[in-house]
Amino acid sequence: MKKFLAIALLGLLPLYAHAEQPPRDMAQDLAEHPMNPVVEKRLINLAQKLRCLVCQNESLASSHAELAEDLRREVREMIEKGMTDKQITDYLVARYGDFVLYDPPVKETTMLLWYGPFALLGMGLVVLFYQLRKRRKIVPEIELTPEALQRAAALLNDEKDNQA
Amino acid sequence: MMRFILPFVLFMVLAGFLYVGLGLKPHEVESPLIDKSAPAFSLPQLAEPAKNFSPEDMKGKVWLFNVWASWCESCKDEHPVLLALAQQNLVPIYGLDYKDKREDAEAWLHQAGNPYTLVASDADGRVGINYGVYGVPETYVIDKQGVIRYKQIGPVTLGSLKDTILPLVQKLEAQP
Repeated sequence: MKKFLAIALLGLLPLYAHAEQPPRDMAQDLAEHPMNPVVEKRLINLAQKLRCLVCQNESLASSHAELAEDLRREVREMIEKGMTDKQITDYLVARYGDFVLYDPPVKETTMLLWYGPFALLGMGLVVLFYQLRKRRKIVPEIELTPEALQRAAALLNDEKDNQA
Repeated sequence: MMRFILPFVLFMVLAGFLYVGLGLKPHEVESPLIDKSAPAFSLPQLAEPAKNFSPEDMKGKVWLFNVWASWCESCKDEHPVLLALAQQNLVPIYGLDYKDKREDAEAWLHQAGNPYTLVASDADGRVGINYGVYGVPETYVIDKQGVIRYKQIGPVTLGSLKDTILPLVQKLEAQP
């Protein structure tokens, strides 16, 4: 049965296989790009804020997908050309959409994303407020006179003595 | 009564969200290039590398621009569909051979048949990036003005041809 399941699952694999990438040689890539520490630092900084579209939950910095390599090359070249970070991210957004940004911009479609949590917090506070008010109604506060307090203390002590 | 209705309603809302979530395709990222001009390029043709192909050449025609590669397995699933479409002469299919070796691409087309009117070769994948390609195959429908009107992510199927691509092509053909 287990074997059968495994085979059935394998059969599903092609459904996820469309984002394929060709085999590549990383050493080749390094040889073509001698490291410039300043450029590489900016590249890593930028790439950490960008999403790899092939693996989606990996950043451009950590992904080994072929497309990520290519996009790092593109970004590296733009840095070398002296473009600002903003210009570079705009370039990528124009091609791949806001999805490449891990930090989505605030606009109509992302209102819920940005302000939703605060709205939920607000709703929670409102519920808390009403619950507390309701509880106050159930247990009304009674002003105690000093005599009444004394009686209460006496009763409580009495009970303690009984227990002992 | 309220004690039962409120949790039930909340449960149904949550279940509704989850149900919608089942149908979402997070792998299909909507392209910002829809309704924008197809990015310009000039690339060598696969069959005759001395000659170039540019989308400019296609002004006035509705055409499909299919991004593929010989190393791409899902492109092989898609291939018979493209061949069948090419036979019907409904819309010209132009190919972009993405990050591929010329020999491999030509060998594959020779072996499996060639549905493309013409194939441009994007050996280093730069044109692919300009088109926002993030996994092949991808197919663009481009109108007479050179504007991208639709992008199919993943293989073109008979279903997507019939339901989406061909009706759109027909509509675009009728436009100036």
